[in-house]
Amino acid sequence: METFWFCVIALLWLGYLFLEGFDFGVGMLLPVLGRDETERRVLINTIGPVWDGNEVWLLVAGGATFAAFPGWYASLFSSAYLPLVLFLLALIGRGVAFEYRGKVDSVRWRRVWDTVIFVGSWVATLGVGLVLTANVFGLPLDANGDRVGSPFAAVTLESLLGALAIAGYALVHGAVFLSLKTEGEVRERARAVALRIAPVALLPLVVLLLLVQLRFGTVWTYAAAIGVALAAFGALARLALRREGQAFALMGVAIACAVAALFGALYPNVLPSTLDPAFSLTVENAASSPYTLTVMTWVAAFGTPAVLVYQGWTYWVFRKRIGTRHIPQVHVPQ
Amino acid sequence: MDVLDLARWQFGITTVYHFLMVPLTIGLSLLVAGMQTAWVRTGDRKYYKMTKFWGKLLLINFAMGVVTGIVQEFQFGMTWSAYSRFVGDVFGAPLAMEGLVAFFVESTFLGLWIFGWDRLPRKVHLACAWAFSTATMASAYFILAANSWMQHPVGAELVDGRPRLTSIWAVLGNNTVLVAFPHTIFGAFAVAGSFLVGIAAWHLWKRSAEEPVWRSSVKLGTWVGVVAFAGLAVSGDLQGKLMFEQQPMKMAAAEALCHTERPAAFSVFAIGDVSRPDCENVKSVTVPALLSFLAHNDFTSEVKGIEELVPMYQAKYGTNYPVDERLGELSGKPIDYVPLLPVTYWGFRLMIGFGAIAAGAGLLILWLTRGGRVPTGRWFRLLALGSIATPFLANSFGWIFTEMGRQPFVVVPNPSGVDGVWMFTARAVSNSTPGEVLTSLIALTLVYGVLACVEVFLVRRYVRGGVAGVLPDHGPGPKPDQADRKDDDVLSFAY
Ligand code: HDD
Ligand code: HEM
Ligand code: HEM
Repeated sequence: METFWFCVIALLWLGYLFLEGFDFGVGMLLPVLGRDETERRVLINTIGPVWDGNEVWLLVAGGATFAAFPGWYASLFSSAYLPLVLFLLALIGRGVAFEYRGKVDSVRWRRVWDTVIFVGSWVATLGVGLVLTANVFGLPLDANGDRVGSPFAAVTLESLLGALAIAGYALVHGAVFLSLKTEGEVRERARAVALRIAPVALLPLVVLLLLVQLRFGTVWTYAAAIGVALAAFGALARLALRREGQAFALMGVAIACAVAALFGALYPNVLPSTLDPAFSLTVENAASSPYTLTVMTWVAAFGTPAVLVYQGWTYWVFRKRIGTRHIPQVHVPQ
Repeated sequence: MDVLDLARWQFGITTVYHFLMVPLTIGLSLLVAGMQTAWVRTGDRKYYKMTKFWGKLLLINFAMGVVTGIVQEFQFGMTWSAYSRFVGDVFGAPLAMEGLVAFFVESTFLGLWIFGWDRLPRKVHLACAWAFSTATMASAYFILAANSWMQHPVGAELVDGRPRLTSIWAVLGNNTVLVAFPHTIFGAFAVAGSFLVGIAAWHLWKRSAEEPVWRSSVKLGTWVGVVAFAGLAVSGDLQGKLMFEQQPMKMAAAEALCHTERPAAFSVFAIGDVSRPDCENVKSVTVPALLSFLAHNDFTSEVKGIEELVPMYQAKYGTNYPVDERLGELSGKPIDYVPLLPVTYWGFRLMIGFGAIAAGAGLLILWLTRGGRVPTGRWFRLLALGSIATPFLANSFGWIFTEMGRQPFVVVPNPSGVDGVWMFTARAVSNSTPGEVLTSLIALTLVYGVLACVEVFLVRRYVRGGVAGVLPDHGPGPKPDQADRKDDDVLSFAY
């Protein structure tokens, strides 16, 4: 049961990284791929209907951790306090920026919110990568699960590498997504950018997985690491042949393998202590009672399929490519 | 200041802020869904215009509700980690359910509603509006169930010093949430009602275009507001009775009642300093025996005063905090069982008072605009716009009263709750450094302040723009090519 919930949480993280990965990527690429106002609106509208739904994957990952492993939730969130504050501020900015940027017809107004989207997307992505990697490599926790030492304990070489790894992934993923969802010049540009930056942008992820393999290696993480490399390579190959749909799906496989490697390295710990392995939080000692886990299992068993169906339906409703010709004139109160 | 004070300030500021957006979102989304239903059923363009206008204001507000909600969710782990570790087995479940059952529906169907105007068949699009507005109610239920458990812990047993969930149905069916939910939802409708009345009356006063839209909105808003206030009084009375049974100290604090009284009088307002429970300097205007009725449905029953309650709490939960470095400045200090009386006393009165003013203002405006009349004075404008703020204030004071009235506990020990399940707020806080919490407190407060200005600026702009500001332009300018309009429609309502 505990192991099952560990897997559920890994899956929620996967859903989050895969889905919000591309909408972070779109924000990170906004000034690069959107040369003028109409093009920027094309980019933002590709994720318009879905970004909030994507973000809920994170909330549910957090909520499920709280319910299934309260100790994990408490120790991770309080130990990585400052990075999370930064991450929250970035999410706040991004969220209101999408909604507000088009509400006033002024160049200055839009420039401000574009900057917020761009900076917010970068900071948030780096933040997620940092916290997730710090979790895998462990934090200096005492017997009570409290952090010992500096507020910056979560910032280590490994976690910085992890930040770059997730940001690099989101960058490529976002570009692949845009080449799938847009048409005309924007599409071509997105494809070109994806192909050009991929070797550099995906490098940190590969190095991170090598490091994980060296430190915690099992057959399981080994296979996953190879999977990432193959899937990412495949994605770029398909993209080069203009098979954007397949490329996007392969990017999904890549992040699935990466999540498998990271959580595989973690198990059976949920949050290792770097001070003393005896203080590490494990699926056993951080878990809720069997009754709570049973309740949550029922909720998840009914809830998750429904979520997949209606979120899938949303993507179906908005499946068309968007181009500059679809963008209406600005119409706001003067 | 130590971590505890900082964390409490941060939680208080961020939740009260979150709860400025929340009631408007809940109330307005259901009303907008109703307007859209009226349009789909009757085909009357007036309802279409109402849907678009109020829907736009809803969206501006919703965005802020979402981003401030995320902060709330994270804060339990970040600043209240000892609390999360202690109660996670019970408290985490409703929170996780809220995400899985409510937030997913809310965010997904809102996206479909915003972008689906021309993409979806009319009825399906309408169903999306209902899906997300009901989901806001569901999310309110789950979070209130979590909050009610802190007021009245049930459905758990103590194992190894920690509460362990024994029945999720007891938590979700807690009698405290069964009354807190209607009270909060009525509170949300009071906000949405006044919002409609105030803005629509202002447009009438300004003789803006689309008069029927504004007249219908005033009518709708007033009735919603009046019914909501009646519902608030009834549900609030039920809450009072539960509070009397579950949290006698909060009851006494609400009245700043020092001595036990039988029958107890209800204080309408007081002159003087209510902060000390000696009562000698306070002149209070009272209604005899009303408090006894509120507490017990009986004009003669006894209501315990603070003087009598403090020794009872001391006997049960100790006179001093344990000596423990994690308690910081409070370690070994005497425990103060009396909440901040000016806050609880005035909070309670301001909640009721501002709510009553809102309902009264709505009725007054409805009467002043009856049969096509519109007053012309400047005072009418002030009345209309001023009344918008009152239910927001009432809601904030309601929460401040509820939450501060349970201090010094974060999980309140209850005569009718599970024995032994309770927690001091001082124990709940994370083992962070003051610098960390101070940083986030300042950063969040600043960002929230800036965003409040932006939101008010945008809402004002869209309010002033009236209906014309939200409907697609049919003026000059390139129209999309008619030939490929069929399946390559210009996006409506796009960002
Ligand atoms: C009575 C209702 C109520 C109360 C007491 C709270 N909220 Fe809230 N919350 C809502 C009612 C609501 C809502 C109406 O459902 C919102 C407002 C705007 C929105 O998007 O949904 C929302 C949004 C919202 C979101 C964003 C959801 C999304 O991305 O769509 C989160 C994570 C939370 N809330 C979490 C909390 C937490 C942890 C609270 C406790 C401290 C809290 N809320 C108090
Ligand atoms: C949105 C409506 C809410 C408002 C306006 C609100 C308001 C407040 C305020 C003002 C405080 C500070 C009290 C003090 O410093 O003495 C507080 C504390 C707290 N509230 Fe609430 N609250 C709300 C909902 C909730 C909910 C739904 C929960 C739980 C699910 C909750 C849990 C807490 C916790 C953990 C604290 C910190 C401990 C404390 O300082 O009392 N609150 N709240
Ligand atoms: C006639 C009037 C009213 C009565 C008798 C009343 C009574 C109460 C009581 C007893 C509580 C505390 C519950 C507890 O802590 O256990 C409460 C809380 C609250 N009240 Fe009221 N109230 C009234 C009007 C209003 C109005 C007009 C509003 C807002 C528009 C409002 C909003 C709230 C809120 C948001 C809370 C905190 C949430 C909760 O515990 O449900 N109330 N009210």
